[in-house]
Amino acid sequence: MDLINNLMLGFTVALSPFNMLMCLVGVFLGTLIGVLPGVGPVATIAMLLPVTFNLSPIAALIMLAGIYYGAQYGGSTTAILVNIPGESSSVVTCLDGYQMARQGRAGPALAVAALASFFAGCVSTLIVAAFAPPLAEVALKFGPSEYFSLMVLGLVSAVVLAHGSILKAIAMVILGLLLGLVGTDVNSGVLRYAFGISELSDGIGFVTVAMGMFGLAEIVMNLEHTGEVREVFTDKKLHLWPSKEDFRRSIAPTLRGTFLGSALGILPGGGALLASFGAYTLEKKVSKYKHEFGKGAVEGVAAPESANNAGAQTSFIPLLTLGIPSNAVMALMIGAMMIQGIAPGPQVMTEKPQLFWGMIASMWVGNLMLIILNLPLIGMWVKLLTVPYRVLYPSILVFMVIGVYSLSNNPFDCFLMALFGVFGYICVKLECEPAPLILGFILGPLMEENLRRAMLLSRGDPLVFFQKPISAGFLIAAMILLVIIALPAIRKKREEAFVEA
Amino acid sequence: MRIKSPRDFWAGLMFIGFGLGFLFIAVGPPAFLVELAKQFDYKFEYGYQMGTAVRMGPAYFPTVLGGMLAALGLFVLIESLAIEGEKVARFYFRPLLFIVAANLAFAYLLKPLGVMLSIAVLVFISAYGGHEFKWKEVALLAIAMMIMSVLVFVKGLTLPFPIWPAFME
Repeated sequence: MDLINNLMLGFTVALSPFNMLMCLVGVFLGTLIGVLPGVGPVATIAMLLPVTFNLSPIAALIMLAGIYYGAQYGGSTTAILVNIPGESSSVVTCLDGYQMARQGRAGPALAVAALASFFAGCVSTLIVAAFAPPLAEVALKFGPSEYFSLMVLGLVSAVVLAHGSILKAIAMVILGLLLGLVGTDVNSGVLRYAFGISELSDGIGFVTVAMGMFGLAEIVMNLEHTGEVREVFTDKKLHLWPSKEDFRRSIAPTLRGTFLGSALGILPGGGALLASFGAYTLEKKVSKYKHEFGKGAVEGVAAPESANNAGAQTSFIPLLTLGIPSNAVMALMIGAMMIQGIAPGPQVMTEKPQLFWGMIASMWVGNLMLIILNLPLIGMWVKLLTVPYRVLYPSILVFMVIGVYSLSNNPFDCFLMALFGVFGYICVKLECEPAPLILGFILGPLMEENLRRAMLLSRGDPLVFFQKPISAGFLIAAMILLVIIALPAIRKKREEAFVEA
Repeated sequence: MRIKSPRDFWAGLMFIGFGLGFLFIAVGPPAFLVELAKQFDYKFEYGYQMGTAVRMGPAYFPTVLGGMLAALGLFVLIESLAIEGEKVARFYFRPLLFIVAANLAFAYLLKPLGVMLSIAVLVFISAYGGHEFKWKEVALLAIAMMIMSVLVFVKGLTLPFPIWPAFME
């Protein structure tokens, strides 16, 4: 069996002592920072990216993936204990998890979240292992027109996931694409939009943009509110173990959440966020305990938690097979791969099987570590939550500036980060989401390159995108998506869904 | 004409500005401006080659995108005049200013002053942007961050930062 052989290869890589250590460090750091309110996984990974520069590519990617799950997991902990989602994909966990905590059942809520995530992690690791190779095979046959259309679909999906006005989200995507073009044009060698600044000849660094728009802007947003009133449930000793009843009621939601999450994670523009929302809504519809939702139903924790973990992992599929990031976190992973000198794409699987399978196996290892590490450490994470923000944010800032400065050992990157921080803050005030911009930013140069090649091959006939079946399929899917979200009825539903969050 | 949704109005303007900016830099200034500039001995350097649909020049993609962005911005702007919307949320300049200043101070002081002092400056300025500023607490935090940065980043990750000011080494 190929699959088993491949997984064996992966586990020999992932279980080597050094890689295990890196995974542990990643998971630990990820959880640590994920628990801190106001720092999401994007900022966490961006902040810790320089830590991985000196590692080998595989160790770096294993550590980064660990940071991602860790941050995700830490986000759920804060959602349950303080009703503050550490990140957007644990927003729905707040609804029932926090209610459980208020009823004195914080322990079981945390345990159910951990166990459901672990189960989902195991299943989705297998799904990634099973689906990635055939997809990579298909992707190897993709020409420039297929790639271009796939990117269009990915960007449209990012628009669907953004809050608020669709028009503004599309505009942000295009602005991102344009910003991505800054620097030397690969085809002609012409410097574009550099204004004579030599530091811009390699383009604007992705980490710089992400840190500015997510990190800096977030800190300023958090500083707007005076006097934080956080109700942390630390007074009683936590009884971790869920009751038999909890277990029984969590099984079906976990299964449904895992599969729905895995499916939604694969979609371009999908990932953990869409998965957790989808799973919660589904569970609310099918559950026998509908009336308890929002009042501390254990299903309302198990379903989204399993789904967001499953979605987080399967969102690696488009990254590993197509080299296309489906969300901002994956975009950072691409950035990390490029820094390590690996061109992301379908060839990674055949050319670097150790890296490919090692990373997949490390997902499972990381999940196991999360559960071993976190159940006993919950007490420590809870303590961390009581650290006041006025102490936290200067420390976060230290990591951010050092991280950005070390990208090219130049103050200019920090200057750019400040610029994007201010811009990100303005965007928040004008209700323009940064996530679509980031995705566009990453895809900008790739899109232009593939558009050029496709048009060259077709001798300037733009219909080529519709003549190739796969490419046409992507474009039609993108159009259907756009039409659907533009429909008034669905538009209203979408707004409601975000309001509920 | 009344602006019904100020938030969208400004967002629309911003998109139009960016769109036209990218567009015009790609296309280059109109001929009469170039002529005019020549009179003042100034040469416009902007404007990239457009190319054709088959062989796209560096201007092609940004021109199309810039045009699309400006058009979308215009839609958003028109919508803001027609549909009732929300005000622009209040800007809090104090935290924004201090966070940005702390960041810039660190970046430009690192080489001359070294990690130790620039981290201290960063912590103090950023802490001052918050609501509460307790001297003792901030000082302790700064010391902790200084030690941590040197141990983790300079010693551990071997980033090539000077630890002490240039004149002391």
